[in-house]
Amino acid sequence: MNAVAAQPSPATTSQNRAEAESLLEIRGLYKHFPLADGFLEQLHFEKGRLVRRNEQVHAINGVDLSVQRGEALCVVGESGCGKSTVARLVMGLLSPSAGEISYAGQRIDNMRGKRLLPYRQRMQMIFQNPYASLNPRMTIQQTLEEPLRFHHPDWTTPQVQDKVADVMASVGIDPEWGKRFGHEFSGGQRQRIAIARALAVDPEFIVADEPISALDVSIQAQVLNLLMDAQAERHLTYLFITHDLAVVEHFGTRVAVMYLGTVCELADTRSLFARPKHPYTQALLSAIPRLDDDRPEHVRLSGEVPTPVHLPSGCVFHGRCPHAMERCRQEVPQLIVADDGNQVACHAVEEGRL
Amino acid sequence: MALLEVSNLDVRFALRQGEVRALRDVSFTLDRGERLGIVGESGAGKSVAAFTLLNLIAKPGYIAGGSIRFEGNDLARMSARDLRRVRGNRISMIFQDPMMTLNPVLSIGEQMVESLKAHRRISTREARAIALHKLKQVYIPSPETRLDQYPHELSGGMRQRIIIAIALLLDPDIIVADEPTTALDVTIQAEIMTLLRELCEKHNVGLVLITHDLGVVSQMTQRTLVMYAGRVIEQGPTREIINDAQHPYTQGLLNALPQMTTPGSRLNQIPGSMPALSNTPSGCAFHPRCQYRYDASGQPRRDCLEEVPEFVTSGNCDVACHMVRDMLAKEAS
Repeated sequence: MNAVAAQPSPATTSQNRAEAESLLEIRGLYKHFPLADGFLEQLHFEKGRLVRRNEQVHAINGVDLSVQRGEALCVVGESGCGKSTVARLVMGLLSPSAGEISYAGQRIDNMRGKRLLPYRQRMQMIFQNPYASLNPRMTIQQTLEEPLRFHHPDWTTPQVQDKVADVMASVGIDPEWGKRFGHEFSGGQRQRIAIARALAVDPEFIVADEPISALDVSIQAQVLNLLMDAQAERHLTYLFITHDLAVVEHFGTRVAVMYLGTVCELADTRSLFARPKHPYTQALLSAIPRLDDDRPEHVRLSGEVPTPVHLPSGCVFHGRCPHAMERCRQEVPQLIVADDGNQVACHAVEEGRL
Repeated sequence: MALLEVSNLDVRFALRQGEVRALRDVSFTLDRGERLGIVGESGAGKSVAAFTLLNLIAKPGYIAGGSIRFEGNDLARMSARDLRRVRGNRISMIFQDPMMTLNPVLSIGEQMVESLKAHRRISTREARAIALHKLKQVYIPSPETRLDQYPHELSGGMRQRIIIAIALLLDPDIIVADEPTTALDVTIQAEIMTLLRELCEKHNVGLVLITHDLGVVSQMTQRTLVMYAGRVIEQGPTREIINDAQHPYTQGLLNALPQMTTPGSRLNQIPGSMPALSNTPSGCAFHPRCQYRYDASGQPRRDCLEEVPEFVTSGNCDVACHMVRDMLAKEAS
């Protein structure tokens, strides 16, 4: 853990500028999951001796992010890069191994119980799988009433029901659905209900973890439109986790690209897609199947994503990077602010090799 | 004659609640070395179509009509013994989930040798040599070690490459790939797709690619088949379908992609959702979601509601739509 404390927080200077409007601040965030929980599971027999080894999955390794009020910050990356872990840490569903999370200037990662309650109302989450996120034994009416009754214990039943009717109308749910159960609906309809549940308590900040990945193309458009309408009407701020770059390009104000638990590039959407700087971002963008060209030239990455149990030294991407040099193998690159204000963590970019 | 000729295929599932018609009147052909894409959303019947090509439909499903002619022989009416000679040998299949496809208790080498020996009279040593050669073809690093490894020791991308190697093992004429990269990340997907296309081109293997991703179809195939509620609604050259789709559903599907609108604006959504196959609407199955279902005076069109549209030819595409038929008729007169 000493190594964690010694890590500098690279983006601090650039974040000071934005501090005034930023709604959510993440500083030097680390999350490690132990591979073996119990003492006995940690014991191994090696070369005739009993040794205790406590290996960990390094899911998040020093992430600094800030989400500005009113924006949609998209976090993209491939499976295992830690994007969902960031979402869960922000919502307090997991507690960080190190680092700070502040919401509206108030540190929330060390809060518990009643003190956290007001924040739980201001921040809501939409999950990936609408088949798992609705309680199968509750009617839709009950599902939508539950968060209201929890956060407003003083409300009368008619008050709660009025509010549910309001939110149903605003996301285009037929009031008739209230009597039915989750399993009676299709994926797109369920996701609509999940969004209604999140909006019921009038949050200002929504964490959406791959909300459309499980849906069909024509339904994806419906749900994305709903999320954008809600943002315009309610002045919502989004932290949007996804692996779909086409959606990011359409939806995101800014994009953070993650690889093996670190942010490798943070930029506003338009300039990221126009001029990706980090070699990983370049490879990721070139891999999107496009409609227009039938002979694409995508950047071929050698090898595969290393395991987050034994992180590579230096830049986590160096093993697959076509521009890797000795320095990349030794030294961890920090996020530096480029001339256009975007941030990128890459030695090659810093040295002007790229 | 085409290598594979599917005509008027009709597949049904006899369920307790009644019969569900999964495929209706599906016809298409595949030439030697041709790459065909079958696109559609979940519930369109595209996976049933893939399974039917190898006559892999199991009870309660059955082929109620139509034929699947492979080199002139009808796979729908072939004996189980003859079918085994075709499956895996002449037509092989790649499934969606690489973890479910590989046998977890056999090493990669054992699985490959097993399928080789099932179809050819060769020694284990010869079979291993062929397996090794195929692993090299799909660029598996250190293939000799991989032969003795088990599926769980390999990553998702590596497993899918091994499955491609197994699909190519007996030098088939056709590979049927059912969403081969859906479970994989984008960078791995791009790699696997490029590999699959290169191998098909090099060995002149035909490919039937089932996918929901129009971008993948655009990059992989020469011809495309669009399915909706168990029927083919449009088919033709891929470029023509992508650039100038005729059927309102295909148009809607393409227009719904985020790439098709300026960032930040509302997406062009198709209202409603795909009907369940047990309860398909009358007439054109797409009519409840179609913006062209009204006539000039604002009344619902009777033909869309009642008649199943026939295929009409527009350019090089076949389209099943009353509106397109009327437009073509108007142009002709």
